[in-house]
Amino acid sequence: MAAPAQIVIDRVSHLYRPPRGREVLALDDVSLEVANREFVALLGPSGCGKSTLLYLIGGFLPVEKGAILIDRNPVAGPGPDRGIVFQHFALFPWKTVRGNILYGLERQGMPKDEREKRAMDFIELVGLHGFEDSYPSQLSGGMRQRTAIARTLAFDPKILLMDEPFGALDAQTRGLMQSELLRIWQRTPKTVIFVTHDVQEAVYLADRVAVMSARPGRIKTIVDTKFDKNDPNIFKAKAFVEKVDELWNLVKDEAIKAQGVRAP
Amino acid sequence: MKQFIRYLPLLLLAVTWELAARLELVSNTALPPLSDVILAWVDMIKDGELLTNGASSLYRAGAGLGLSIAIGGVLGITMAWWKPVNVLLAPLVEIFYPLPKSALIPVTVIWLGFGDGSKILLIFLGCMLPVTMGAFNGARSSEQVLVWSARSMGANKLRMLWDVVLPSAMPELLNGIRTALALSFILLVSSELIVAQKGFGFLIGFLGANGSYDAMYAVVLTVAFLGFAADRIYLLILRRTLAWREQTP
Repeated sequence: MAAPAQIVIDRVSHLYRPPRGREVLALDDVSLEVANREFVALLGPSGCGKSTLLYLIGGFLPVEKGAILIDRNPVAGPGPDRGIVFQHFALFPWKTVRGNILYGLERQGMPKDEREKRAMDFIELVGLHGFEDSYPSQLSGGMRQRTAIARTLAFDPKILLMDEPFGALDAQTRGLMQSELLRIWQRTPKTVIFVTHDVQEAVYLADRVAVMSARPGRIKTIVDTKFDKNDPNIFKAKAFVEKVDELWNLVKDEAIKAQGVRAP
Repeated sequence: MKQFIRYLPLLLLAVTWELAARLELVSNTALPPLSDVILAWVDMIKDGELLTNGASSLYRAGAGLGLSIAIGGVLGITMAWWKPVNVLLAPLVEIFYPLPKSALIPVTVIWLGFGDGSKILLIFLGCMLPVTMGAFNGARSSEQVLVWSARSMGANKLRMLWDVVLPSAMPELLNGIRTALALSFILLVSSELIVAQKGFGFLIGFLGANGSYDAMYAVVLTVAFLGFAADRIYLLILRRTLAWREQTP
């Protein structure tokens, strides 16, 4: 990597303690470096600790073993330098689309006129013009997720953390949202860490894909996945298909392991 | 028109009442004719008796309920959010919850005398628990990801309580307050019936003891109507506050 790493994850382990039941080693000795404005996907079966790693970077869970540095500073709690988008949108249901987007700007202390204008700009950016006064319960899943993305982008975090953001959407909407995310990302470049279990999504969106193994969660390998994202026929390109195949083979064993299925 | 049909049974009841009393199917001491009750009501409005007693009752109920909402709401949310507060208060709430609060009427009188203070305290104590439980259950149900979202957008912990935990608690909190509202009427009238020198409950007891049954019924109906009206108005406020929840695509 030519650029100095913006996010350094150094030998992080994390023990998950459920309220009842026994402890699980969710992450085991995970190290990863992410450069400024790089798009990295964390790919793995459910239960591999990829969301846990994202929450640690977000500062929502305490780093107990190892270290996570953002621009050389250790993570100490959540902060507006890292915006997060969750799978189930996590919009405030009692606020309208506009109210949701304004919230982060209010917390940043942006003057009223400026934040109203900025909120409208981002409503425009994600194509929700005309829905700014709707409540989340009145919107489709795709519109809710676009609101959530606009809310996070609006307060301009350096780093965008995305936790299976399109996982709750139907296949068609997901495809549209993926290309929309790329379009937005190309216009407002940010460092992105994108958690997914969808191989094609990871290869399409990310510059690099970190493949994780399940129980304990480890980074198995990191694969370069740089393609010309603006190529409309990318999904049919031979190199792309081969890359998806290669990653699918890496993930398959882990998915089988994670399901607890044993060979007969 | 729909509303009219819905409340038609009330009209039927009124007619039956009037006829039963006029035809002396029941004794007029047990049930004076409704028309007499209405006349007694008009008289009591004219001489101001109903208004002065009503004002003092509403003041007691309002003050007790207001205190219980403010203090119960804060208690419930802090119990949900700070473990030590929960450990300290949860057993007290559990023990106190099933106690019939009217049992405290003599206690509050010993403490604060025959005036407003003892009624306000009783209503406050009786109404606080439903509010506390509503706030507690509501606050506990606030979603982790919403809390995290607010924190990542720069909200500190206190701000997050106000911006996320309180609105998340709102549906259950408002239902708890509705229960408290109904309870406040019950406690008000029962405490005034037993020991008071003014108020609706006092008036009902006093008129009953003096044999002015038409006037007594007039006060009973007034209290019933006020309870009903308070609940309706409250429901309107509740629907408006929770508009975000009821709207579906």
